Amino acid sequence: MNELEERSSKRHWLATPYAIWIIVFTVLPLIVIFRYALTDSAGHFTLENTAAVTSPINMKAMWFSLKIAFGCTVFCILLAYPMVLAMKHLGLGRRGISLFIIILPMWMNFILRILAWQMILSNNGILNLMITKLGFKPVAVANTPTAIMIGVVYDYLPYMILPIYTAIMDISDDLIEAAKDLGAGSFTVFFKVVFPLSIPGLLSGTVMVFVPSMTSFVISDILGGGKLQLIGNIIEQDFISGNNWHMGSGLSVALMIFVLISMEFTIREEKTGRESVIW
Amino acid sequence: MSDVILQMEHIDKSFDGKKILKDFNLEIGRNEFVTLLGPSGCGKSTILRIIGGFVNPDSGRVLFEGKDITHLPPEKRNVNTVFQKYSLFPHMNVAENIAFGLKLKKKSSAYIRDKIEYALKLVNLEGYESRDTTSLSGGQQQRVAIARAIVNEPQVLLLDEPLGALDLKLRHEMQRELIKIKKEVGITFLYVTHDQEEALMMSDRIIVMNKGIIQQAGNSKDIYDEPQNAFVADFIGESNIIDGIMVRDCLVSIQGVSFQCVDTGFGINKPVDVVIRPEDLEIVEKGKGYLDGQVISVIFKGAYYEIKVKVNDYEWMIQSVNPAPVGDIVGLTILPDNIQIMHKPVSDDEEVSRDE
Repeated sequence: MNELEERSSKRHWLATPYAIWIIVFTVLPLIVIFRYALTDSAGHFTLENTAAVTSPINMKAMWFSLKIAFGCTVFCILLAYPMVLAMKHLGLGRRGISLFIIILPMWMNFILRILAWQMILSNNGILNLMITKLGFKPVAVANTPTAIMIGVVYDYLPYMILPIYTAIMDISDDLIEAAKDLGAGSFTVFFKVVFPLSIPGLLSGTVMVFVPSMTSFVISDILGGGKLQLIGNIIEQDFISGNNWHMGSGLSVALMIFVLISMEFTIREEKTGRESVIW
Repeated sequence: MSDVILQMEHIDKSFDGKKILKDFNLEIGRNEFVTLLGPSGCGKSTILRIIGGFVNPDSGRVLFEGKDITHLPPEKRNVNTVFQKYSLFPHMNVAENIAFGLKLKKKSSAYIRDKIEYALKLVNLEGYESRDTTSLSGGQQQRVAIARAIVNEPQVLLLDEPLGALDLKLRHEMQRELIKIKKEVGITFLYVTHDQEEALMMSDRIIVMNKGIIQQAGNSKDIYDEPQNAFVADFIGESNIIDGIMVRDCLVSIQGVSFQCVDTGFGINKPVDVVIRPEDLEIVEKGKGYLDGQVISVIFKGAYYEIKVKVNDYEWMIQSVNPAPVGDIVGLTILPDNIQIMHKPVSDDEEVSRDE
């Protein structure tokens, strides 16, 4: 027993490559960001950069980001559950194919996919072409919140489906039979057994969808036409065009704090759960 | 059997082209403890799943109190199941598990509380209400599963090898408790097991199955003392099954020696299977029994010795409280009514199963 423990403790060094990686590319940059965030251009300590998130224009972007992230998460949940439940009843082979189809888009470049959506949704794009062919009036989806929402839902949906899929496939058929045996119809089986047991997957999925959609800026850049600003776009501009690294870092820290608080809130829900959440 | 609660009529069922049940018929009386006994794959669990509503038969009907329930979904049936793997809901505590069915029936919370208390007392788990089901031992989990089924007051309780996952001592304890529970709640039990000892101990009626066909039905004593074919004789308890020739009524020739027996109606000079239970054979001095043979092995089994005596090419198994020296030539004797004569198998399901 002791020998075993000793041997396993000696294996810690195997984590070294990853540790170096994470220090160089995550911990150090974080320190740099915090340093910029908490100083002004003269190098004096200040909280102004972080507090700037409360300015009207930043608050508006923050509120818009929150709406997009929340809406995206809700849509993904509503799309993922029926999909996973449908997959549960497929045979093994067809289940594998549907899983493959879900993962397939993730193999293609992210920017490419968003550019494709731009082509589809633009005023003279494929969507309007089809709509007018069918005899309806063209719709103006391009450069609207709807376009951004479509983009984020399309992009992050697999990250919601996969953890929910894993959680639901883990539920033994015996439990579902036991529930039916005790008088539960299909709806009750879902709400009393399947859904509660899938919550760990739902939470993982929520974290993986909510956080990136809250902080994304490329999707809103391309599908929002640069006019609709998420908080991510403002931070990007501070770094790239405004050349104000202190302000960009300050807002990043504010966003980070906000995300951490909202995730803490989500994780609290699951006190007893298995290791469900990503971090 | 005047008060029939459950009937199965002409049930056929195949899975992937393999016939599991062939023209299966069964009647179960109210308040009976019926056990379906057979080797794995004999179709006994499928019968339970058909009654529970989880499997649709290919043809035939299931009648519950005279009403056809063949295509009724499981949640609408007045039967409950205790599953082999317990199948407790891991996200609920003991009380919530037991209350599951009652809450769906919209019972009052006072009623539910009383029922939980009553059921936990019945299965000897008083005070376990708020325990996490995952923290319980296998035996405790199965007790909760029994409580969860029983609180719904089903007319028939289906038990699918409920003790299969428990160790021997716990299994014996639970067998006695199940009998007690059955007496207390007074509902019909349909029990599935491959453990013949369990079946003999608990059941009012045993239905021995092989390859989807009923081999014999009767009470424990009938099944044990009067097996109707080689499969039953071999499956229920230890047996010496040997070829014989029925010379005439009450006289059978085994290994060239004539034995008095009590069976009649097999005809003249007909080949038959002869079953002799090992505890019915007695070792006597050489030349004083029907047969003489050499003791080839003696194994101490706790309550008795298992002795093998070789006569010609056949090894007789004898259970005796007294050992015999290995290598000695001894005689074997038996009382006429301990010789059981059976017809030769007419189909493969009646043969001794050899795949063990």
